[in-house]
Amino acid sequence: MKIGVAFQSALEALISTPLRSFLTMLGIMIGVASVMAMMAISEGAAKQVDAQIAQLGASNLTIFPGASRGGPRSGGGASDQPFTESDVDQIKQEPFVTAVAARISGSVMVVSGEDNWSTSLQGTNTDYFLTQSLSTREGRLFDTREVSSGAAVAVIGKTVADALFEGTNPVGQTIRVNNVPAEIIGVLVTRGQSSGPGGDRDDIVIVPISTARNRILGGNATVARYVGSMEVGIADGYDMTTAQEQLETRMREIRRIAPGGTDDFRVFNIADFVRARSSTQATFGVLLAFTAAVSLIVGGVGVMNIMLVSVTERTREIGLRMAIGARGIDILGQFLAEALALCLLGGLIGSALGVGAAKLAANVGEFPVEISPRIAIIAIGASALIGLFFGFFPARQAARLNPIEALRHE
Amino acid sequence: MAAEATPLISCRDLTKVYRMGTQDVFALRGVNVDFIEGEMTAIMGPSGSGKSTLMNLIGALDVPTSGELLIKGRPLSKLSRDELADLRNETIGFVFQQFNLLNRATALANVKLPLMYARTPVADPVARARECLEMVGLGERMDHRPMQLSGGQQQRVAIARALAGRPSILLADEPTGALDTKTSEEIMDLLTGLSSEGITVVLVTHEPEVASYASRQIHFRDGQIERDERRAS
Repeated sequence: MKIGVAFQSALEALISTPLRSFLTMLGIMIGVASVMAMMAISEGAAKQVDAQIAQLGASNLTIFPGASRGGPRSGGGASDQPFTESDVDQIKQEPFVTAVAARISGSVMVVSGEDNWSTSLQGTNTDYFLTQSLSTREGRLFDTREVSSGAAVAVIGKTVADALFEGTNPVGQTIRVNNVPAEIIGVLVTRGQSSGPGGDRDDIVIVPISTARNRILGGNATVARYVGSMEVGIADGYDMTTAQEQLETRMREIRRIAPGGTDDFRVFNIADFVRARSSTQATFGVLLAFTAAVSLIVGGVGVMNIMLVSVTERTREIGLRMAIGARGIDILGQFLAEALALCLLGGLIGSALGVGAAKLAANVGEFPVEISPRIAIIAIGASALIGLFFGFFPARQAARLNPIEALRHE
Repeated sequence: MAAEATPLISCRDLTKVYRMGTQDVFALRGVNVDFIEGEMTAIMGPSGSGKSTLMNLIGALDVPTSGELLIKGRPLSKLSRDELADLRNETIGFVFQQFNLLNRATALANVKLPLMYARTPVADPVARARECLEMVGLGERMDHRPMQLSGGQQQRVAIARALAGRPSILLADEPTGALDTKTSEEIMDLLTGLSSEGITVVLVTHEPEVASYASRQIHFRDGQIERDERRAS
């Protein structure tokens, strides 16, 4: 019997008992729908994390002063030797380093006329625009000349622009940053919210590092040309772990730390930090998907149960088919086709429901969801496999019936 | 005379024993009988005499406990389960007392069914099924389902199904058992007609009127042949 014919006959048999077929499919439908929805939510979360990492700079390493302990936010202790521009220059010599952004950060109050706004200040050099992939939507970024001269210029984020200059073009205006006047030369292209470190990434004022050090935030009493931290851009395709090790080695040389001595700095991969933070979330998602997969198996058991009932009920039909020349394999194929058709159909409807549920979650719960055809194919494929697996035993039982006993069955 | 013809079906010392609990029940006790090509034979006897058992053995639905059955000279004991299925498909057509039609399928689909299992694909199964339904006088009711047909019509569909694969043997087990007298006569006329066209018909019945259509009557009692009579033609 040809496969197409077997499926046609299977569909006819399923349609002849519509309610039973639907109820049998229900388990598979719910299983596939939950797997789809859970995976969509889990993948959505993963994609959001990837987007965050890309925003933060997937190929950046950050060097903080202080012994390695805690997250990137904890500052160096009083005894730690601060970084200087000389460290920045030396790190920049490394062949795998594309950019070194020297940074001094702090909280400031910015004032324009009557309006004031509390925001974060980033004093940095032009490499920062490379490591953070910054560009302006109005005006321009500052240049190296302005960095070395300590020009009183500022580039602001959209949130700051909206807070102080609602509706009007801020470029050319002067603001007071902690009472230091600075001319706005550019407004950044919007970068949006980040649930990672930073929060609103448009709530920022960027000035040349020398300006921040000498006028706004103040330098460091112990060293000249003080630098708070360094954000190091690594060449494309260069292994981040190797880069991290090489930076650590180089930093030990620069800062003359004896072998076995304690580092007074730490090299930090911020992408790793975000990944670690989100791994709990991912584990949770996988766990939910696994639970859903269990329900898929329960659905499969339901299919097997009904197929067994169906084989018993249709024993005479099986006997008749054998009497008119069906081989065992034909009977096996017929019942396998029925189980497969049930599960495939359930899988298809379930996927549609799963996509619907994920979209609903996205709208109502404001989850980021990612509906990938890959997951749909896997879910439908899995239900087909379940159909074959749980359909096999009843089908084999049917195929092994003795023709004369089957024909005499009441 | 018919005795000179080659036997299509040959039973050699056929014995069938069923085990009922701790007791052995002999359904057949060493039956030797030949069926000649084109002959119409009625097997008669009280219930439990072994007539249906013989029918099931000839139909390759069951296997004998001992003895040998040859169809067209092929010993069935040498055939596998699949080869027996193929033999049933190609050589034998069944007609049952209870018709055994698929209720969810149309008359046409029921008749087409054996062709779906043919090892050598039939060129146009639908055309062949139509042909067979027309042969039994149901050309107008091909798309009816069994429930929309009378008992006699259902049995005609079953006969058409038995004919679809162009069998050389037609086995009918109480084909009129569920039908009234008039319909029974129609069905028997149909079977007689098929026999005259060269199909070997073996029918099991306990009704003498039905058996009277056959040119040969074999009477069974206690698993053995009691009488074997040929009507002078």
